[in-house]
Parts: sequence; structure tokens; C-alpha cells
Amino acid sequence: MTPAAAPSASSQPDVLPEGILLRVDGLKTHFGTGNRTAKAVDGVTFSLPRGRTVAVVGESGSGKSVTSLSIMGLIAPPGRIAGGRILHRDREGRVRDLARLTNADFRHIRGPEIAMIFQEPMTSLNPLMTVGEQIGEMIALHERISRGDLRRRVVELLKKVEIPAAESRADDYPHQMSGGMRQRAMIAMALACTPQLLIADEPTTALDVTIQAQILELMRRLQADMGMSMLFITHNLGVVAEIAHEVVVMYAGRVVEQAPAETLFGRPSHPYTRALLASTPDPDRDIAADGSRRPLAAIPGFVPSITNLPPGCAFAPRCPLAAQACRESPPELTTVAPGHVARCIRMEAA
Amino acid sequence: MLKPLIRRLIEMTVVMALVVTIVFVIVRIAPGDPAAMMLGPDATPQDVADLRVRLGLDQSLAVQYLRYVGGLLSGDLGQSIFLGQPVGAALLARAEPTFFLTLFSLLIACTIALPVGILSAYWRGSLFDQATTTLAMFAASVPSFWLGLVLMQVFAVKLGWFDPSGYGGPGAGLGTRLHHLVLPAVALGIVSSALIARFTRASMLDVLGDDFVRTARAKGMSEWQVVLGHAFKNALIPILTVIGLTAALLVSGAIVTETVFGLPGVGSLIVSAVLRRDYPVIQGALLVIAGLYVIINFVIDMLYLAVDPRVRY
Ligand SMILES: Nc1ncnc2c1ncn2[C@@H]1O[C@H](COP(=O)(O)OP(=O)(O)OP(=O)(O)O)[C@@H](O)[C@H]1O
Ligand SMILES: [Mg+2]
Repeated sequence: MTPAAAPSASSQPDVLPEGILLRVDGLKTHFGTGNRTAKAVDGVTFSLPRGRTVAVVGESGSGKSVTSLSIMGLIAPPGRIAGGRILHRDREGRVRDLARLTNADFRHIRGPEIAMIFQEPMTSLNPLMTVGEQIGEMIALHERISRGDLRRRVVELLKKVEIPAAESRADDYPHQMSGGMRQRAMIAMALACTPQLLIADEPTTALDVTIQAQILELMRRLQADMGMSMLFITHNLGVVAEIAHEVVVMYAGRVVEQAPAETLFGRPSHPYTRALLASTPDPDRDIAADGSRRPLAAIPGFVPSITNLPPGCAFAPRCPLAAQACRESPPELTTVAPGHVARCIRMEAA
Repeated sequence: MLKPLIRRLIEMTVVMALVVTIVFVIVRIAPGDPAAMMLGPDATPQDVADLRVRLGLDQSLAVQYLRYVGGLLSGDLGQSIFLGQPVGAALLARAEPTFFLTLFSLLIACTIALPVGILSAYWRGSLFDQATTTLAMFAASVPSFWLGLVLMQVFAVKLGWFDPSGYGGPGAGLGTRLHHLVLPAVALGIVSSALIARFTRASMLDVLGDDFVRTARAKGMSEWQVVLGHAFKNALIPILTVIGLTAALLVSGAIVTETVFGLPGVGSLIVSAVLRRDYPVIQGALLVIAGLYVIINFVIDMLYLAVDPRVRY
């Protein structure tokens, strides 16, 4: 095993391997100051290949949303990016560190380069504007376009996200649409300027199961058709299996494992990932031929408070493999196999 | 759009009918004989009886009420006892200064309050926020007539930029008349801006935390596009109510301020009518003010309808 990433230093040049659209490197996003600092994200490192879907999984509070908002430059005080880099390659091939971008520059990133959709379709749209206006606004913000063309583009986008009667639904206000329709409208808005990267923060969590499946399928298809990259945040491993090429597992503000989806489900390395998989319902595994059920293996203990993290590995207090060394200093991300990294010194012990 | 309009008009008619009845009853149940009180202690019983007949007070209450309502329906607010003029004509003659004063004060209040409220919400906790919060508390606790007197002392008496009193005399041009309204309008406007500013701040704080504001930022909009285009438009809905309320309060605030600045408006007409117990004028003025409240409410409701697609009456 070799260290996958040296501890980041801002003096490093902004280089990004070809084929990687975005690399988050040692990102730290903290809220507040002094000894009450909440280290919501504390050294997150992962890569996002071009044209692939990377899922970010982790329990509630593990820092998934804060990571994605950091990438979008939408962390507001008392939050701040306290360290690390977010290297991004734009359409012109220019590599820049988004963690150090001015707000004025960021406005050209948001929309045409990176777009984002959120968990709550009910509240994420402006109630006073029609969905057509809101989608059109996104386009008009970044392109010069005539009114007639704008309208055509909006209707096209609504058709693309499979909203029936797109022509007339464009004039609907958000409250006239169902949750699933609104999320489709949000997706249409996010895709309006054909972004290179779509960040989706639990886009299906607030929806009915049947609608969830439709939205998921739609996003999977759009990602493939448009060849864009997607950062898909979820706490549902079932969703991950449906949509992701690669998976990033987060725990208490850190990445504990990144691997291709098949590897992660087949040969998980980190004890937390294994625990997560064991605690996820799986009918094939959990229901025997005679109909008897195997109980789910809930992870014992609690997620540590991000204002008071243990000095060593944050998962050690709950880890069946934890040794003394785990409690002393946090482990580095190490390469398990090409494209597969994990943050654990005891993974061979299993 | 038409059906809610008609419904509101019916509601307004009902409210006005109630107001008319209440005003009628209040004036009748006021202690003492209005005729005797108007004529004073030196009047002979014969004078009082004559006046009662002239005012129709010798009739039964039902007849008086019907006459009164009948008069109102034909646009007749009654006859002033002292001005030798119909009440409607007297009010109309005095309407202009009051109307302009209210309008100016409201404009001044909104011009100060909306930007201050928006910015203090956006920069919450900043020095600007703290300073304007303190100023607003001060402004809200100052009576407008006192502020009026201070402004008059400084800008009219000491600096001589404005006339301390009056409306420019008969035949004065519009410019002169408006010039006379500056100080009273500023006094009224500053005092009422406090309420609107506090409310704007609270409403903006609410909206700035909403998910769609984050969506707007995620689109790549500039902060000002986000704050004014998305956040403020949503925050405006509750603010409209407060602006309407302020407009209504300004009408009564104008009564006092007009007296301070010697403006020949409805306010000073009412004050002199009260002093002289000119009941028909008081009655008419009360009706007009109540009518203004109802109309302001109606305008606010219609604005709601125009701004918020979710509102359907
Ligand atoms: N504005 C903020 N101020 C203070 N702490 C914050 C703020 N935003 C997030 N946090 C903290 O950061 C931590 C990570 O939050 P985050 O929203 O990223 O979790 P998450 O992984 O997205 O969880 P979920 O699955 O519930 O969405 C949480 O402990 C949260 O309390
Ligand atoms: Mg989240």
C-alpha cells in the first residue's frame, strides 16, 4: 500500500490528470471559530472523472451537502473553506481552484459549468415565477438569446425531462405542480446551459418511491445522453447501485473510501463501508428460501459530534477492528487497488 | 380576476354599511342634546327646538336613520352647521393637502424603509444593521408632532428654508403648496418608516434563508439579482400589509401634523369641527376616513392578487 495523496499544500500547482473533471483535495469546510468550530468537512479528497456518475454516500451529518455546496461556492458565513483545493477543469480546458475563485468568476461557473439540484423540490423553486420563467432566467443569464428562441429552448428542456404537455406546463407556477414534476423542472433548469457537471443533493429523497425510480431513471439516462459528469449525493445504497459508476463513502466530514461501484459492493475495504452495506436491506441476502429473515446489522454506537472529533480515526469508537493505533492518529487515504482508496490501517484484519 | 373583485366589492359595501350605522349610533348616544350643546348655555328653549327641527332631530330614530342613509346614497353627507356649506364640499375643499401629505409621507417612509430593511437583513449583525435598528427604535418612539416641531424649529425658523406654517395662501401654485408639505411629510414619513423598515428586515431575513434563494445563487445570478429579483419580491408580500397599515395610520397621523403645521386639510377641519361640535362634519369625516381604510385594504388585496399567484380570493 502506498499513500494515494500527499497532504495537500496550497503551493502545489493546479494540475489535473486528463479525464478528471474535478478533484477535491483535502477540502476543509468549517463553521464558526474557536473551540466551537464545527468541522463539517475536514479533509475530503476525491476525484470526479469526466462523463461518470460518482455517488457520495454517508449518514446524515457526514458532510455531503456541505461538500457539494463548497464545490458550488455557496458556503456562507459563519461557514468558510478553511483549507484544501477544489480543482476544476472548465470547457476551455483551464484548470482553476474553485476554493480560491472570486464570486464574480464563480458566477460563470454556476450554470454553464456546474449546476446543482436540491433535495426539496417543493421549496427550491421561486413560488412567484412560472417554471418556464425560472428555466428561461437561467439561460438568459448566461447567453444572449431572443425571446422566441428562449421560449422554444424552455419547452424543449421540459420535453427533455419528460414533462407532459410541456408547452402549457411552462406557464405553471410551482404550486400547480406535483413534487415529481417540480423536481423534473429543477432538472430542466439545471441542464439549461448544458453543464459539464451536475451535482444532485438527494434529489429523490423527498419523493414517493415510484416517482423516485422515475426520476432516477431519467437522471441516469440524461447523464449518459449528455455525457456529463454527475455528483449524486444520497444516503441510500440502493440508489447508488442504480445510478453510480463510482462511490465515495463519507464519515464524519472525511472520505473513508472511494471505489468503482462493483468493487465497493463486492469487495468493500473500509469497516464503515462494510457496516453500511450490512445495515442496508437486501432481499436476496436477508430472506432465506424458507421465508425466515436475517436481522439487519445496525451499526452500534453513534456518529461522533463534529465539534468534538476523536483524535484518531473517527469511526474507531464503533469499529469492530479498531486497535490502539486507530485511536491515536487519523489514518491516511491509501490505495487498495487502482481506482480504489480507503482510509483504514486495519482493513486486512477482516 | 373579475369574480374576486366583485366579492371584495360586496364585502366592502357591507363594511361601509356597518360603519355608517355605527357612526350614526355613536353620534346619537353621545350624552346631551346635540342642538343644546351646539347653541351653548345662552340659547332659549325655543332656539333649541328650532334647531332640532332644522337638524331633523325631532323625528324618530328610524326616520332619522333612513333620511341619513338616503342622503348618503345620493352623495349628500349633510350640511355643516357652522361653515354654511355641505359637509361633502367642505371635506373636498380640504382634501388636497391631506391627500398629498399622506402620499408624500408614505413615499418618504418607503424610500427610507425598504432599502434600509433590505440591507440590514442582508448584512445582519453588521454595524449598519445595529445602527439602523437603534435608529428605528428611536424613530418609532418619537411622536410625529414632536419631530415636526423640531424640524420646523431647525429648517423653517433657524435656516429659513421652509415656511413654518400654512399652505401658501389662496392662489398659490402647486410648487409652493408642495414646498409647504416637505417638513410635515418628512416628520410623518420618518416616524412611519421605522415600522416598515423593521418589518422589511424580518421578512427579508425569512426569505433569504429559503431554498429558492439558494437555487437562484446556484444559477449564477449576482447577489443583487438574487436579493432584489428573487428574495425581495417574495418578502414584499407581507410587507405590503404593513405598508397598507401604515397608509391608514398616516391618515390619522396627518390630522395631528396638519394642526402643527397649520395646513388647511381634513385634519384641521376635523379638529375645528370637534371643538365647535359640528356633528354633521365629524360624522362625514369619520365616514370618509373609514372609507379610505376600506379602500386601502382593497388596494392591498388587489396587489396581493397581482403579486402572488398562490392567492385566490
Ligand atoms: N450553516 C451551518 N452552520 C453550522 N453547521 C452547519 C451548517 N451547515 C451544516 N452544518 C453542519 O455540518 C455537518 C454536515 O452537514 P451536511 O448538511 O453536509 O450533512 P449531510 O451529510 O448532507 O447530511 P444529510 O444526509 O442529513 O443531508 C452537520 O453536522 C451540520 O450540523
Ligand atoms: Mg444533506
